[in-house]
Amino acid sequence: MGAECKCNCEQDKKLDALFAQYKGNPNGLIVVLAAIQEVHGYLPKDYLIKTAEELGVPLSDVYGVATFYAAFSLRPRGRHSVNLCLGTACYVKGAPEVQAMLEKEMGIKAGNTTEDRRFSLDLVRCLGACGIAPVMTVNGEVYPRMTAEKVSEILAKYE
Amino acid sequence: MNFAELELLRATARESIKLRLGEEPSDNFKYHVLVCGGTGCISIGCQNTLQAMQKAIEDHGLQETVKLVVTGCMGTCEMGPVITVFPEGYYYCRVKPEDVEEIVTSHLKEGKFVERLCYHAADGTVQPKKSDMVFFKKQKRNALRNCGLINQTSIEEYIAMDGYKALAKVLQEMTPQQVVDEVKKSGLRGRGGAGFPTGMKWQFVLDQKADQKYVVVNGDEGDPGAFMDRSVLEDDPYSVIEAMTIGGYAVGASKGYAYIRLEYPRAIDHFTKALARAREVGLLGNNILGTDFSFDIEIRVGAGAFVCGEETALLASIEGRRGEPRPRPPFPAVSGLFGKPTLINNVETWANICPIIIKGGDWYATMGTEKSKGTKVFTLAGKINNTGLVEVPLGITLREIVEDIGGGVPGGKAFKAAQTGGPSGGCIPAAYLDTPIDYENLAALGSIVGSGGMIIVDEGTCMVDLAKFYLGFTQDESCGKCTPCRIGTKRMLEILERITKGVGKEEDIELLIELANSIKASALCGLGQTAPNPILSTLRYFRDEYEAHVKDKTCPAGVCKMPRKGLKS
Ligand SMILES: Cc1cc2nc3c(=O)[nH]c(=O)nc-3n(C[C@H](O)[C@H](O)[C@H](O)COP(=O)(O)O)c2cc1C
Ligand code: SF4
Ligand code: FES
Ligand code: FES
Repeated sequence: MGAECKCNCEQDKKLDALFAQYKGNPNGLIVVLAAIQEVHGYLPKDYLIKTAEELGVPLSDVYGVATFYAAFSLRPRGRHSVNLCLGTACYVKGAPEVQAMLEKEMGIKAGNTTEDRRFSLDLVRCLGACGIAPVMTVNGEVYPRMTAEKVSEILAKYE
Repeated sequence: MNFAELELLRATARESIKLRLGEEPSDNFKYHVLVCGGTGCISIGCQNTLQAMQKAIEDHGLQETVKLVVTGCMGTCEMGPVITVFPEGYYYCRVKPEDVEEIVTSHLKEGKFVERLCYHAADGTVQPKKSDMVFFKKQKRNALRNCGLINQTSIEEYIAMDGYKALAKVLQEMTPQQVVDEVKKSGLRGRGGAGFPTGMKWQFVLDQKADQKYVVVNGDEGDPGAFMDRSVLEDDPYSVIEAMTIGGYAVGASKGYAYIRLEYPRAIDHFTKALARAREVGLLGNNILGTDFSFDIEIRVGAGAFVCGEETALLASIEGRRGEPRPRPPFPAVSGLFGKPTLINNVETWANICPIIIKGGDWYATMGTEKSKGTKVFTLAGKINNTGLVEVPLGITLREIVEDIGGGVPGGKAFKAAQTGGPSGGCIPAAYLDTPIDYENLAALGSIVGSGGMIIVDEGTCMVDLAKFYLGFTQDESCGKCTPCRIGTKRMLEILERITKGVGKEEDIELLIELANSIKASALCGLGQTAPNPILSTLRYFRDEYEAHVKDKTCPAGVCKMPRKGLKS
C-alpha cells in the first residue's frame, strides 16, 4: 500500500488503541462511538459490530446508544455540515425564515443530507452565542446575525 | 509546586497584571490592550481585529510599552469585537481592523482616547470607560470575576488573581467539615436550575461512608439562550478546576469528571489545556501542593442530548449508557456514578466556591435577598439592546436588568415579557418589571430563575407561538422513557399547532390546562414535570392572545399565519 494508501489506517490505529483501552469495559461505549464518528463521519455497521464484540456490550445496546444521541449518525453525511441554531434567542430573532430558505436552497428538510452528499442540514439547540443570534455554522465556522437573504451566498462558498 | 512556591509565583504573576487592576506596576508597560476572544466576538471577526492590533503595535514600535492580551467574554457580546485599554479601562466597541490604527496613534501614542468607538448609550450619552458604563455599574462579579480580564488559559494570570489561594487555605488550615460549613454559611444555592442549597448537598456526600466517591461538574448547559457555563468553562477554566479539587477534599473524593457538551468545542479545548497545565505544575494529580491529598479530573464529552443535563441521566451517560433519567431517591449523593456517592454541581455553582472560601461564607451571604443569597449570572438575549452576559446580586429588579443594564428594547418597540428558565420556565410580563428577582419571587410569578437564561421579547412576539416553540423543544428532547412526557407533550404540541394555524376549538384551552396539570404531576423527571410551564405561564398572563387565536382566528402579534386583526402598531 505504501504512499498510495488513501484509507484511514492511521486513524484506524487510533481507534484500535481505544478498543484496546476499553476491551471488555462497557463504560467506554460512548467514548469509542464518538471516536468512530469523528474518524468516519458516521457509524458504519461493521464498526458497531466490532464495538459490541470488543467492549462486551450486546449489539442491541450499542444500537440503542447510537440512536439515542444526536451526535451519532448511522448514515453517511454530507461533505459540509450546516447547523442552524433554533434555540430561543435565535428563534425570536428570525431563525425560522433562515431555516425555510436553507431547506429551499438545498431541496431537503432539516435532518437530512442532499442527494449529491454536498450538504447535511441539521437544527441545533443553542450554540451558546445567543448574543449574535440568529447563528448558523458550516463545518464549525460561525455565521452570526443570519438572514434568509444571506443563505445562498454562504452556501455557494462550499463545493 | 509547594505552598511557598505557589506564593512566590503569585507575587511575580501579580506584578505582570497590576496595571489592569489599577495598581502601580513595576514593569515597563504603559498600556494593557485586552482583546475579547470570547465566542461571540470570535464569530464576528475579532481575529482580524487582533491581528491588525498586533501588527500596528509592531509597526509603531510599541512592543516594549504595550501588552496585548486575549481574554474571554467581556459581557457585551452584541457590541463585539470589544477591546479594553488599561490602566483607565477605556471600552471600545465594534472595533474593525481599520479602526485599529486610530486607537494606536491617538490613544496608545498620544494618550487621547477615541470617542467614536466608545460605548454610546441608547439615550445618546457616551460612556467611555468601563467604570462609566451603566452596563457594568449595576453588576457584581463573583462567578465571572476573571472573565474578560485575564488570558483564558494562563495559569499564571489565574494565580495572580488570587487563584489557588482557596485551595492552599483549605489544605493548610481547614478540615473537610469546615469547608462544608463555609459553603453552608454562604447560602449558595445550585445555579443549575433547581436552586438546591449547595452546602447541604456537600454535607450529604461528606456523610456517606464509601471506599470511593466522585465529584462531577455539570457542563451540559442545554438550556437554549443560556451561555454562562460556556463562558466560565472557556474563559476561566481554572476557577472550576480549583473548586472541584476543593470539593474533592471536602467530601473525600479522589476523582472528578467534567461533563461538557459536544456543542462547545472551545470549552472542551480550553478545559483540556487547563487540566494538563494544572497537572504539570502540581496543582492537580498526586500529592497536590506537596500534601498527601490527590485528586484528578477527566473530561467526558456529551453527545447531543438535552436530557443528559439532568443529573441521573448525566451520570448514566458518563457510564457509557443511554442518558435516561432514573427515579430519585436514591440521590446521586448516596448512589451516583458507578453506584458511589457523587457530588454533582453546575459550572456556575463551582465558579462561586473559591471566593467563598477566601472571603468567607458570611461575606457571600451579605449579597442577595433573605433566601436567595449572592449573585447570579444571567444571559440577556432576544429583543434587547445590550445582549450579553451579566452577573448581578439577587434581589435586583427586572427593570434594572432590562432598562439599565440591557439598555431597553430596540427599535422603539414595547417590552412585552422576559422569558426566564428556558423550557422549564415561564415569562414575566411588563406589569412585574419592578419585582426583585430571586428564587421565591419568580416562582410566585409562575416562572423560575433556572439556569439564568433571560430572553426578552417585544410586542412583535406571539406568546402562543413562543409556547409552541418550547413544547416543540421538549417534545424533541424527551427521552421517551415515560408516557406522560412522551405522549402528553405530543398531544399538547398538536393542540398548540392547531391553535396557531387558526383551527383551534374553544375547548382546546381547557384541554391544554388539564393535560398540563396531569403531566406535571406524573412525569418521571424534571424535563417532563416542567414541560407544561411555558404554556401555563403564557396562559396566565396572555390568555387573551390564546382566545384571539381560537375565537377570532387572529394572531394579535401578527406572527401566526392567520388574517391579521387588532395588530398594535
Ligand atoms: C431536563 C433537565 C435538564 C437539566 N440540564 C442541566 C444543565 O444543562 N446544566 C446543569 O447544571 N443542570 C441541569 N439540570 C439540573 C441538574 O439535574 C442538577 O440539578 C444540577 O446539575 C445540580 O447542580 P447544582 O445544585 O449546582 O445546580 C437539568 C435538569 C433537568 C431536569
Ligand atoms: S419525563 Fe420525559 S425526559 Fe424525563 S424520563 Fe420521562 S420521558 Fe424521559
Ligand atoms: S439560541 Fe441560538 S445561539 Fe443560543
Ligand atoms: S464574546 Fe466578546 S463580549 Fe462576549
